[in-house]
Amino acid sequence: MNITRRRFLLSTAVAGGGVLIGYSALKPSKHRIANSDLAGEGEHYVTSFIKIEADNKITVYVPHSEMGQGVHTSLPMMAADELDAAWEDIIVEQAPAIDLFANGDLVKGFAGEYGIPSFLTGLVNASAASIAELMNLQITGGSSSVRYTGQTAMRTAGAAARQMLIDCAATRWGVASDECSTQLSHVQHNASGRSLSYGELAADAALLEPPKDVTLKQPAQFTIMGKAISRVDIPAKVDGTANYGIDAHSEDMLYAAIRLAPVFGTKLVSVDAGDVLSRRGIKRVIEMEDSVAVVADSYWRAKEALKLVKSEFEASDADNTSSADLFAGFERSLAADDSSKDKEVGDAEGALESAADVIEGSYKVPYLAHAAMEPMNCTVHLHDDIVEVWTSTQDALGIKARVAKIAGVAEDDAVFHHSYLGGGFGRRLPFNWNVIDHATLIAKEFDVPVKTVMSREDDMQQDYYRPAVASNFKAAFDANGVVQAWHNRFTGPIQVPGASHIPYAIANQSIHVVDGPTHVPIAAWRSVDHSQQTFFTESFVDEIAHRSGINPFQFRMQMLAEHPRHRKVLEVAAEAAGYGENLPAGHALGIAVQESFGSIVAEVAEVSLDANNRPVVHKVTCAIDCGWAVNPDTAESQVEGGIIYGLTAALYGEITIENGRVAQNNFPDYEMVRMADSPEIDVHIIESGEALGGLGEPATPPIAAAVSNGLYILTGQRVRELPLKNHDFSRSTPIAGV
Amino acid sequence: MATFKVNGVEQNLDIEPEMPLLWALRDELGMTGTKFGCGIASCGACTVQVNGNAVRSCVTPVSAVQGQDITTIEGLASMAAGANPSAPDLTALQQAWIDHQVPQCGYCQSGMIMAASSLLARNPNPSDAEIDSSITNVCRCGSYPRVRRAIRSLATA
Repeated sequence: MNITRRRFLLSTAVAGGGVLIGYSALKPSKHRIANSDLAGEGEHYVTSFIKIEADNKITVYVPHSEMGQGVHTSLPMMAADELDAAWEDIIVEQAPAIDLFANGDLVKGFAGEYGIPSFLTGLVNASAASIAELMNLQITGGSSSVRYTGQTAMRTAGAAARQMLIDCAATRWGVASDECSTQLSHVQHNASGRSLSYGELAADAALLEPPKDVTLKQPAQFTIMGKAISRVDIPAKVDGTANYGIDAHSEDMLYAAIRLAPVFGTKLVSVDAGDVLSRRGIKRVIEMEDSVAVVADSYWRAKEALKLVKSEFEASDADNTSSADLFAGFERSLAADDSSKDKEVGDAEGALESAADVIEGSYKVPYLAHAAMEPMNCTVHLHDDIVEVWTSTQDALGIKARVAKIAGVAEDDAVFHHSYLGGGFGRRLPFNWNVIDHATLIAKEFDVPVKTVMSREDDMQQDYYRPAVASNFKAAFDANGVVQAWHNRFTGPIQVPGASHIPYAIANQSIHVVDGPTHVPIAAWRSVDHSQQTFFTESFVDEIAHRSGINPFQFRMQMLAEHPRHRKVLEVAAEAAGYGENLPAGHALGIAVQESFGSIVAEVAEVSLDANNRPVVHKVTCAIDCGWAVNPDTAESQVEGGIIYGLTAALYGEITIENGRVAQNNFPDYEMVRMADSPEIDVHIIESGEALGGLGEPATPPIAAAVSNGLYILTGQRVRELPLKNHDFSRSTPIAGV
Repeated sequence: MATFKVNGVEQNLDIEPEMPLLWALRDELGMTGTKFGCGIASCGACTVQVNGNAVRSCVTPVSAVQGQDITTIEGLASMAAGANPSAPDLTALQQAWIDHQVPQCGYCQSGMIMAASSLLARNPNPSDAEIDSSITNVCRCGSYPRVRRAIRSLATA
């Protein structure tokens, strides 16, 4: 890939007043900023991502959060490979939360792929911000770090640095640059056998203006990318030294337990704290607009005291609202069909009118909590006119700005302390800020660090949820039994455009969205709209296949003539799963496929029922075309994890609303897949050589449909509502002939 | 006075007898390797070993471990090594966790490792069913297939 001048100029223009990471290597002014901000004595930068020291240690700064997706390894792999560094010489560091490391390219990548990224729509709606105004973020989300920061910034920076080091060596030796080569952190002049380490050249390179054009490697030239490199974050995660936001600790620290308004959007009316202030270690009871908190010298003391604090919140129109009411509202909206077009092809309404046969299906899925293992928390310390913040976040720069604003200090006087994330899944993206805001308000009352921790119950009841969605389908068949129309009305909002679209060659399609507003706060949840929409569309496609009398795998293959990558993942997954071969008695295979975040994923689930007629998922066979894989082992673990995350939702996941508030409390009533019901997972990565696709999310969407499609074959029961735990499979009539 | 040993070091803490061991470790001793997940012994993130047995520290009051020997993730290797100065920094179990690249976000893994270590100590060759019934910890990232692989790699067949 040549980084053309046109691209360079475009990138610069997008940056506006901000900075484009990766390209800053190509901007001498920013180059100087990098040196002054980060380089220590005897250290030199050649790009803003890469620091080369005289002893040949090479530090790569990663501007994304590590939440288990392996980005602290895969991004440095990309930089190191283009740099021709020895992997052993690489030191990985989290880039600081300063705007030099804002990841505008990620936003721009999304803008190209989808329009404004879903997790930023809150900001866009709030301020009608242009793309340029979205630059000052440091987002980790959208399965995008490797695809955008890696491909645009890391590889470019590595290649630019390599070229500069070659030029320095050539000048020193008085030879032409093209007589020199690089490997293992050294420049060599092959004709004379001379060699200099990158460290020996770093001081010279720092004086050069970076090249305007760089040529990236072809896959055959990769020395690090494509190899299963051990993740750099793992050793600290097996000996207890890995530091998460919740692990911020100091001797003088105070701790806050908080009770937020149980009905979303209501305000605190009164508090009766009784005599909790007389309890050991209790410092303050703090009343806020929508919450009450107890601050103590230990989290446990604060939490126990809060149980004794009585509080009254204002009455609200939502006080009597239940999930049944919300879904009834969805049904009314769908029936009224005051809808906006999502996609319209041909004349689906006409085809339905003239159809020989019509099938219908009404689907719905509930709200879901993210339930990251690290409960939401934030530590804030206001002192000496500055504010320091420690929290696990998918957007360090955004948190820094938010805390500074609420603390009333200048953004430049805010210091963000990075940590690993104990899970993100969308919960720790911008705008999902309740714990951040409250932690800052509480900490304003003290001059020592205050750590606010949500209990698991708070975390579950004060989330920003995956939206509940209802989706109604009709399909029209002609006299020959061939499907002619696909008609779909679903409740919004649309967070990721295109998730409801189908790749299948159905001549007439009418896909519309209706408003589905509720008082329940919503946010992106691993794979965003794809998790709900893929359950809907891949289940209803399965209904169409069965009605057509064609095996669901064959039906999909027939209808995907224009989509060879879809066909390939289906073929690979089906063959590896033994599709069409004899299965153990009482087992069935269900299949589903979905493209999301640039990757195409087919999953085949082998299912049965246990002695109590509960679904059992024995094995999931997955084929993913993600273009190619930077770190194949990390890619596999992301696919494994994505499947299990989606399987928990399919089997158990359900947040319900009762009396306006979340009914679930903790893991016993928001159950998780655990070891005992975790299936064998067989992952096949297909290297199509197409553009890099995402890996963190794309494996989540197909699993619910794959499992329920298998259960249909096994039981004759079509699952149109999740979770599966609510279904009674005791009266089963297996579908013959598939 | 709550008195117990953590990783071989005696601790005397002037705390309430009903304070859960988890919070004594994290807030009083600043040992943050042991994690808070659910507070009700459901998820296992807080698992430590008391006299070698896996225990969920979030519901274990310090009064229940008076005079006992507690091992946390920070001390797992040193406690296993005992007085052996040439022992490696990690147990074979922790090394297996690295070899199989088990953790993703890693937050649950302290508890996962403490539970697996306890399982293997009393049952060196656990069947899949025994792994399922012993390792009931929650991992939201879905590391279960690799947890199983890592445990099985150590099983003495």
